[in-house]
Amino acid sequence: MPDRGPAWVAAGRGLAYVLFAAFVGFFAVRPAWTHLGPDEAVVKVSIVHRGQPVGECRERSEEELARLPPNMRVKLVCPRERSPLELEVWLDGRLLHREVKAPSGLHHDGPSYIYRRFVVPAGEHLLRVRLRDSVRAEGYPYDRSERVRLDPGRVLAVDFDPVAGIRFR
Amino acid sequence: MLLRLLRGAFEPCERLAYRLFGGESPFHHLGALTIYLFWIVLVSGLYVFAFYETSVAGAYASVERLTQEQWYLGGVMRSLHRYASDAAVLTMGLHLIRELSRDHHRGPRWFSWLTGVPNLWMVYMLGITGYWMVWDELAQYVAVATAELLDWLPIFTDPMARNFLTEGSLGDRFFTLLAFLHLLGLPLILVGTVWLHIQRIGRPRINPPRRLALGTLLALLALSFAQPATSHAPADLTRAPRVLDLDWFYLAVYPLYDLFGAPAVWGVLWGGTLLLCALPWLPPRRRAPVAEVNPEWCTGCRRCFGDCPYGAIDMAPHPYRRGKEVSVVDPALCVSCGICEGACPSATPFRSVRELVSGIELPQYPVQVLRERARDAARRLRGPVRIVVFGCGHAADPALVARADTAAVPLVCAAMLPPSLVEYLIRREGVDGVVIAGCRAEDCEYRLGTRWVEERICGAREPHLRRNVPRDRVALCWSGADGALLRRCVEDFRARLARAADAGDGEPPQAAAAGGGRSA
Repeated sequence: MPDRGPAWVAAGRGLAYVLFAAFVGFFAVRPAWTHLGPDEAVVKVSIVHRGQPVGECRERSEEELARLPPNMRVKLVCPRERSPLELEVWLDGRLLHREVKAPSGLHHDGPSYIYRRFVVPAGEHLLRVRLRDSVRAEGYPYDRSERVRLDPGRVLAVDFDPVAGIRFR
Repeated sequence: MLLRLLRGAFEPCERLAYRLFGGESPFHHLGALTIYLFWIVLVSGLYVFAFYETSVAGAYASVERLTQEQWYLGGVMRSLHRYASDAAVLTMGLHLIRELSRDHHRGPRWFSWLTGVPNLWMVYMLGITGYWMVWDELAQYVAVATAELLDWLPIFTDPMARNFLTEGSLGDRFFTLLAFLHLLGLPLILVGTVWLHIQRIGRPRINPPRRLALGTLLALLALSFAQPATSHAPADLTRAPRVLDLDWFYLAVYPLYDLFGAPAVWGVLWGGTLLLCALPWLPPRRRAPVAEVNPEWCTGCRRCFGDCPYGAIDMAPHPYRRGKEVSVVDPALCVSCGICEGACPSATPFRSVRELVSGIELPQYPVQVLRERARDAARRLRGPVRIVVFGCGHAADPALVARADTAAVPLVCAAMLPPSLVEYLIRREGVDGVVIAGCRAEDCEYRLGTRWVEERICGAREPHLRRNVPRDRVALCWSGADGALLRRCVEDFRARLARAADAGDGEPPQAAAAGGGRSA
């Protein structure tokens, strides 16, 4: 129970409410958080692609076809499993990231999904991204190298389209 | 040890708040205040949503229009919505730490503790989705980081963060989904988890006192006018936000993500959640024996059933009195407070039986022992004004005030004292005054003890103190752990008793309430 005069109590209560509001108001917006430095930019790499089958397709022999039910007699048969994606990101000749991503799905027959975000210094850079999608071939069939200008705070998105290849956006 | 430290940290603040607000101290109503703040959030949020457009292009613009063009109402509602949400995190956090510091997370109270944990997640999910809806730079930062955090978990095959890759990758449907989650889905789940949280509590306090509610609302309104909630620049997925005015109540996890990455964040979140869930059993509380019913003395009056703060007492057909009921104690719910013992009409010390047995009592402190202790203490008193102080075991130790003319009798809870024992001491043993001391008002260790004592002594609740006992010979002192307040309370009471004795004919005085306590 309050044991002082009403004025003291009223002033104390008022002060308590002011402190409460000040605490809430302060931490609702302060201190400011610096997510990205003034000389930094972002490169995001996002690739969704289904790799090539892990093995060669082959034709079934007549004996094999005869053993199958009529509705399943398809001549060309390919392995279900897909190759993992191998991605490399190079910045100014330095390897920034390398990743091998397995295909999705219980039978590894789905696409591989890759998403990575890199904070890099702002300015002009030589950006190279290359991608391999087959375990049966050497080298990287998809390779793009380009000089890019990254202003402070800019987000450069790198994605992939099977027809257009690797795109810088 | 840690709990004692925590409690020690709370005590000075609580003491000060109690002096200012009395039983309406915000510390005594943290749970109810949190629920009340969500009412403010709900009302202000409904108003804001009436003007909100669920589209990529419209979300930011609609919030800005509301903030700028309708600052006097829409802007204030938006600010109130934000600050009430922030305040709710504050009161919820204090509620959690305070209950932990008071060891209220173990024993029969484990259920309320455990069911409180999902509330934390729900509240944070509500707050975070709310920030997304503005679709400014802060929303973009939160959305991208949340998506990346979720992508780290083996839940989605297609990374969620791809939705925020370029300007065109985000559709209007995203905002419809957000609106559904923020306005309906998550609030409904939160209502359910709060309902579960208070299930094992008898007469849960879900509304704070009116003055406290009004004061809180006015404080938040004043803050809304003084510092209106504003947006950052509109979201732009081709640019990364740089410096952000972060709401640390809800978004503190994102800097953690920036600094240490997803494994650290999930480690803290899941580790913290698991720890909170496991706390009731780390280690389990050593439990005192629970209340026992003596069917031969239980009349089935239902008073203990009505007074139990934890719903631990149920009524069942009496084993050998046809048509009568008998109380049954659920050991899983009983906290061994003894409030039922004080509620039992058969606990009267005037009964002329060889062994005083009550219908329901604590085996470790039956009413027979209580009567003997009080009677022996009263008979040892010497002095012009003889006082017996009953002290709750969770407040200041009554032994602090013991001396030749003042006896101290400990209780488990103040409401364990049958009012008839007060009458017995004054009328039968010739004691001049009785002080019942306990936890701070509206802050009883067993939730309702102080309230039941007040109502029983003033005659508003059964079993009541009979009218032939002068009320001014009884003082209630809700001092909590404040020993100085208890001393002052007893001394004020003694002085009043003495003055009244001097003014009268030497008969026991007609004193008023003691300082720091309440008049009976």
